[in-house]
Amino acid sequence: MVELSNEKMVDMFKTMLKIRHFELRVKELVLKGSIRGGVHLYLGEEAVATGVCACLKKDDYITSTHRGHGHCIAKGGDISRMMAEILGKETGYCKGKGGSMHIADIDIGILGANGIVGGGLPISVGAAFSCKKRKTHQVVVSFFGDGASNQGSFHESLNMASVWKLPVVYVCENNQYAVSTHVSKSTSVKDVSIRASSYGIEGRSVDGNDVLTVYNTAKELIDIARQGKGPSLLECKTYRWEGHYVGDPMAYRCKEDVDKQKSENDPIVRFEGYMVNQKIVPASEIEQIKKETIDLVDKAEKFAHESKVLPVEKVTEDIFA
Amino acid sequence: MAEKTFAEALREAIKEEFLRDENVVLFGEDVGIHGGAFGVTRGLWDEFGGKQLFDTPLSEVAIAGTAVGAAMTGLRPIAEMMYLDFITIAMDQVVNQAAKIRYMFGGKAKLPLVIRTPCGGGRGNAAQHSQSLEAWFVHVPGLKVVMPSTPYDAKGLLKTAIRDDNPVIFIEHKLLYGTIRQDIPSEEYLIPFGKGDIKREGKDVTLVATSLMVHKALKAADELLKHGINVEIIDPRTLFPLDKDIIINSVKKTGRLVVVHEAPVRAGIGAEIVAMVTGEAFEYLDSPPRRVGGLHCPIPYELELEKEVIPDEEDIINAVKSL
Repeated sequence: MVELSNEKMVDMFKTMLKIRHFELRVKELVLKGSIRGGVHLYLGEEAVATGVCACLKKDDYITSTHRGHGHCIAKGGDISRMMAEILGKETGYCKGKGGSMHIADIDIGILGANGIVGGGLPISVGAAFSCKKRKTHQVVVSFFGDGASNQGSFHESLNMASVWKLPVVYVCENNQYAVSTHVSKSTSVKDVSIRASSYGIEGRSVDGNDVLTVYNTAKELIDIARQGKGPSLLECKTYRWEGHYVGDPMAYRCKEDVDKQKSENDPIVRFEGYMVNQKIVPASEIEQIKKETIDLVDKAEKFAHESKVLPVEKVTEDIFA
Repeated sequence: MAEKTFAEALREAIKEEFLRDENVVLFGEDVGIHGGAFGVTRGLWDEFGGKQLFDTPLSEVAIAGTAVGAAMTGLRPIAEMMYLDFITIAMDQVVNQAAKIRYMFGGKAKLPLVIRTPCGGGRGNAAQHSQSLEAWFVHVPGLKVVMPSTPYDAKGLLKTAIRDDNPVIFIEHKLLYGTIRQDIPSEEYLIPFGKGDIKREGKDVTLVATSLMVHKALKAADELLKHGINVEIIDPRTLFPLDKDIIINSVKKTGRLVVVHEAPVRAGIGAEIVAMVTGEAFEYLDSPPRRVGGLHCPIPYELELEKEVIPDEEDIINAVKSL
């Protein structure tokens, strides 16, 4: 176990809350009709992005997924610019040209969310190769889901990263569902981490709703990568609270299962309970943190609403450098 | 000045760029000691192996993705796809990632990457090792497409491609590697994208030809001259960006247009060039433009069958005479 300062734990708690309230607000805005594109929410999976990114430095890289808001926030993304992007405004991260599935901030190492399942894995090989070649001691984390673990790009990327001993940690967020298909119907192994043995690399499966376990395991694997000892595969078992997208009728699973997860396995409630029990932070302060988080999300929404849409004359800009 | 083959000219470009910038790297299948399937990187391993030249596993998706990720984070990668046909395996990384990332991110990423790859038939390699897929990439916003026909052009264009901050698909016809020799200047030179070259001046017919077809067009032009037809041959060299002016100016002079490429006629680059000319210089045309290209057929294995599918000098001569 890595000793974590109280301050660091409170920071992680704030990040989880920020993701939670950002996503709740996005959902609300989709249902109100303020957001036009498809949105995939990270609700229920907050501990994964938070625990992993808490181990990273500002200049470390991540590749993200279509369900990428949580990764972006945990890596230090600005929620005002994220909200503006999701609302399609020119102040957004991508000037409204990318939307929810393409948020990126190269300056803080976010090499982009990705609309293609498994699309980020090969890119992470290149980023890690670049870190190794330039001898920068940076590390890459590639987030992907249980669905992507069945793509060919998963195999090619983990094999090549292993052969080249690259500083990359592959983080599989197993949220049980690839759109409507349960992992038991799509994936040949019970634990995705078993597949690590095919590539001669370290593989671990952990409770992805326990942020401290995620942090401790990720820290160990990221340190190994940073020391030049090669890649690894970390599976974080979690649960997708929402449908594949906001508006998914979810005919493929029953409401009771979802409600049970929400009431018994909420990563934020679990971490909050731990911190109060361990007297890391008093309950009163937690209420204050929640209030401040909602204020931040309010500000982000206000910023997004007040921002303008990019003039149409600029639609064909930014194709080439 | 020294006489070089097409492959040697490419090798010189790669070596010069390796020495100019240590962030230029080349990787692909068997490009190391083996020197690549067509020998382009032969002899570079001793000096650059493991530093700027890397063998990869047989993994086209990871090769293309590595180019994307490396380009976004400070390197200038050249990825070699052993055959253009194999890029089909990596299309997500080329079309969805490399081509679109800068735009999707609102202009915040640079992707200085080159994918070098051999195209074309004529070697009995059959349908999965002989295609000319350049039109696919011209169709995708965000990619530049280069298709040189001579050693001189190949060297100058590859150096430009490596220095370009955008994804470039650099297509090399296999029959050009060892067959054509040309004097290459000893001093450094670059050839800009979007500038075509008049490979033969003429006044009667404009013949736009790409890659290997430039050489077939040159032979056809010699024959046509015997029949009193003086053909002007234009090699666009880069298909995107395309040098419209050089083509339109030639058509204004000749009033006649034939486009020839090895890829099937249907929806090939010839369709784009003909549409461009009819749209922008219709009044100068004295006859309907013609296209010469491959039959709408996979490239067959047997010699006579393959010859039937790929356009030759006779096809070009007949098309010009039919105007």
